[in-house]
Parts: sequence; structure tokens; C-alpha cells
Amino acid sequence: MQVTIIGGGVAGLSCGVELAERGLAVELLECSAALGVDSCSWCAAGMLAPWSEQADGCEPLVVELGVESIALWRRRLGELCTAQGTLVIAAGRDLPDLKRFAQRAERGRWCAREQIAALEPELAERFERALYLPDEAHLDPRAVLPALAARLEALGGTLRYSVSPGESDPVGRRVLDCRGLGARTALPQLRGVRGEVLVLRSRELHLTRPIRLLHPRVPIYLVPRGNGIYLLGATVIENDDTGPVTVRSALELLSAAYALHPAFAEAEIIEMRAQARPAFPDNLPQIHRRGLRLYLNGLYRHGFLLAPALAVRVAEMLLHNRHFPELSHEDRRERRLA
Amino acid sequence: MQHEQRMLRLYDLELSSRLLLGTARYPSPALLAEAVRASGTAVVTVALRREAGGELAGQGFWSLIRTLGVNVLPNTAGCHSVKEAVTTAHMAREVFATSWIKLEVIGEDDTLHPDVFGLVEAARILSEEGFQVLPYCTEDLVAADRLINAGCRVLMPWAAPIGSGRGLNNPFGLKALRAHFQVPLIIDAGIGTPSHAAAAMEAGFDAVLINTAVAQAHQPVQMARAFALAVEAGRAAYLAGPIEPRDLAVPSTPVIGKAFLA
Repeated sequence: MQVTIIGGGVAGLSCGVELAERGLAVELLECSAALGVDSCSWCAAGMLAPWSEQADGCEPLVVELGVESIALWRRRLGELCTAQGTLVIAAGRDLPDLKRFAQRAERGRWCAREQIAALEPELAERFERALYLPDEAHLDPRAVLPALAARLEALGGTLRYSVSPGESDPVGRRVLDCRGLGARTALPQLRGVRGEVLVLRSRELHLTRPIRLLHPRVPIYLVPRGNGIYLLGATVIENDDTGPVTVRSALELLSAAYALHPAFAEAEIIEMRAQARPAFPDNLPQIHRRGLRLYLNGLYRHGFLLAPALAVRVAEMLLHNRHFPELSHEDRRERRLA
Repeated sequence: MQHEQRMLRLYDLELSSRLLLGTARYPSPALLAEAVRASGTAVVTVALRREAGGELAGQGFWSLIRTLGVNVLPNTAGCHSVKEAVTTAHMAREVFATSWIKLEVIGEDDTLHPDVFGLVEAARILSEEGFQVLPYCTEDLVAADRLINAGCRVLMPWAAPIGSGRGLNNPFGLKALRAHFQVPLIIDAGIGTPSHAAAAMEAGFDAVLINTAVAQAHQPVQMARAFALAVEAGRAAYLAGPIEPRDLAVPSTPVIGKAFLA
């Protein structure tokens, strides 16, 4: 079977690799001139944090697919996947938020100052209590996307850049549409949810795992990329504007980073970027079949967390006609009951 | 005391429910929609300041709000100056085709304390422009009076800081406010649990607005229903005329003839 995948973000690439591994002839079309730069995936934090997301109010489906995906990432790109867990902290006055988070996060362990010191020594002076989620992991999307592309090509797949085929499908090929917001005309329920991230470089701090700082107005996360580089994110704003980061968002994100550790005051801001995540009304991913074309979309802020597990389901649908009502039903209640 | 059992009237609109819901911080718009249905609310509030983006990029979310089938009360959350609030109100009128505006002018970031001076000024400007202004204010009697003079016919005093869930922080001040003003008073912020909402309604407030307490509950839909019941109970209790508390027991059965000296 020959498959054309449209969209070279983490969804398209994960599906490409999954299908190529199963022996399909995969061609992947990306509208931009190079891998990833214009996609949401390029801005992503790359946190594989299903239990944190659960604590943040996400549906059980996200946890289920996320846990499965962590195993898939480790199997496929183990060397790029760091399994150090997540540390969740809050300032003293926001401890009620941390308690709530702990109530909802299944795999969390409370840490006192000594345990915080063992995990992240630089934070122990500043925070008395933290919640540690040991089974979570993270990866660097900007290393993973090229690695997926290389893997796809090694398996005989082809990648073509600066191609946007639109809505009409070539005869005789199966088409998998992973365009995110680009598929909005076909999937009118999609909306954009703006997210803004900053990339910082600190010569002083040596944090080793994703840190979530809870705050009633400005929750942030900080994901270490190695060599003193940190991704600081992310806003969640209900619009699809992809224009530059606003002053307010930058102020809020940076103030939160400063609250996490004052040494961030001397860090350099090496990048600021905004993107709009594709989301359906229930913020859960969907797979739809329309004629010969299959649509995978709505990964929202969970692209890396969910893509490998969704790719498995796409492959099962294409090759074995399997049905996944929890992902394909139009009605959310039906999908939840499925 | 005699009370008419009547509907809540906000300017020229009569409403079937005395519970208003905010639309921020839900896990998803789909859960928000379910919570709205479970609450039976007739009014939802929507923030515009930050969501607008360039070129009104928030249409995706706003069109979901319009499909909820309830009245939309746009707000100016996130505005710190009169000018920002007035501009946001203009945009809100355009986006939602309503002259209602829930006016917020924030004076202090940690408590989100209303800037009552800016609030009065913005309320005057907007009322003169034909807006129907519902200001987010404190229990300050003088500020409330100035807001009414500025043209407001509904006031939305806080119970406690936004999102704090502390309930009626100053019951004495809120009771004084209720006693002073005939206009509809909606408790706007700081309600954490249904019992807080019931207490506000028992104290004679006309409605309550809930956001965080529902949106961030583990089960938002169930919590929306719980608040609907509490608001109804509190209102019914207020209309029924609660007894006054006293220090000594009042036996509800006669004691004469019982062998209480035995």
C-alpha cells in the first residue's frame, strides 16, 4: 500500500515512521521549505507528562495514550528521551494549588526540602515542598523531528518540502492528513489555541528535569535542553493568532522564571516564539475518515505526548480496518463512553 | 418582610437563573458547554482583552460561546486602565452584539483588587455611550454610590479576591451594601463552595457569578449542578425569611407536665 502523508509535524512524522516500519511505501509532503520550523511541533516543550496533564484536568484518554507513547518513544528514539521525571513546585502562598495538583496526579510523591535537594539542589533553598512525578520523561522536539525524518528515509520513505497539495487526492494512493490548523476547512470544529514560549540560556543554573511552577494566574514550565538552554512556556490563550510574543506574556513568563530562581535574571533570551495549537472542542485528538483520506488532528498541546500512540491507531485503521470510537466519534459523550 | 418571587432583571433582560458562569480555565470548551447546561445558567461571561489577539483572532472560541444558547456578558478582565477597559468594551459590543459589559478595572495584581477610581470613570464613559454597565467592585458603599451615579443599574461586588475561593470575606460590609442599595447586586468573585453561594443568596444578594470554583473542580459538570442547587436553596431561604439566631434553646415541644424536676 502507498500512503501520502500531508504535514511534517510530529503527528505526520510519527505516522510516517509507524507506517514505514510496517512496510508501507510512505511519501510525506511538508508545505514549508524545511523541517518543522513553521509547525507547532518546533515550539513544543516535548514533555511526556501524562500524570501532570491529568492533574491539570485532562481526560483519562490523554493519560492512557500518553503512557503508551512514552514506551514507544523510548523504544524508537531511546537515546533522545530523558526519563528523569517532573518536579512540580509552588510558592508558599500557592501551596493550596500544589495540594490540589497532588490530589489529582496519580503517580506523585511528596518531597520535603531534602528530597528536593537530591533532585534539583538549586531549588531546595527556595522551595519547601514539591511533588515529584518519577515516571514522566521529556525530549527535545528539535532533535526528535530530524531523527524521525531520518528514520523515515532510512526505511525507504520520501520527504518532499514546499509542497501543499490542498484538498484533492491523487488517484490510487491513501492520503493521511496531519496538517493541524491547515486542515480547518475540512474540519470546521478545529480552533487555534495560542501558545508562547521563550528560550533562555543560563550559565549559572543546572536544572536536569522539567519543572512546573504552579501559580493561580501564570503557571509555567521550564524544560532543560542541556548546555544551559531552557525552554520556558507556555501561555494558553483562546485565539489562533501566531503573531509575535506579547509584552504581557513575556513579562509573565519571565517573572515566573525569576520567581523560580533569581539567577534567571542573568539568563539570555535567545528566542521568543508563538504558535497556535490545533484543538477540537474537547481538546482531545480525533481520527476521521472522509472517503479515502484519513485525518489525524486536534493534538492540542499534547503533540509529542500523544503522537506515537495515535500513529499506531492510524496504522491499525489503514491496514486492518480497526475502529477506535474513542478517537473517531463526532460526539464527545459517545467518545468518552467508548 | 414580604418579598415578591420574581425573576432576576439585569437592565432590560429577565433571566430564569440566578447563577452566572464564567468561561475561563475549563479543561476544554466541551466541558464548559456541559457545565453550562448542568448549571441551568442564563448568562456566561467571556474575557476579551487577551483573547482578541490581532485581527480578532479569538473567533474560534467565541463562536463556541455563541453556540451555548445563553446570554453573553463580555468582560474587560485584564484591563488596568480606563482606556484599555473602554476599548475592550467597544470590541465586545462588536463581537457579541450586546450593550452589556462587565466592567473590570484592576488596580492591584496580587489581589486583583478593583481600581474603584478608574472603575467609576470608565463606567461613566461607557454609560454615556449607551452601554449597560455591570461593574466588578468591592463592598465599599461610597464607591457603589458613585457607580450608580455614573449610570450603573447593577453592581457586582466581590466576596473575596478572584479565584481565592474564600467565600464572603466581609459579611458585615456585604450586608451593609445590600441594605443600602435597591439595584440588583451580584456577588462576583471569591466564591469557593456551594455553601458560600447559598450564604450570599440567603443574605439577599440577587445572584452569584462563579468561574474558578466550577472550572477547576475535579468534576466541573457535577460542581455546576451543585452550585445551581445551592443558589436555588439560598434564594428560597431568603424569600422564606430565615429565623434570627439566639443564645438559648427554644424547645419546639412543650415541657410543661414533664417530670423535669424528678
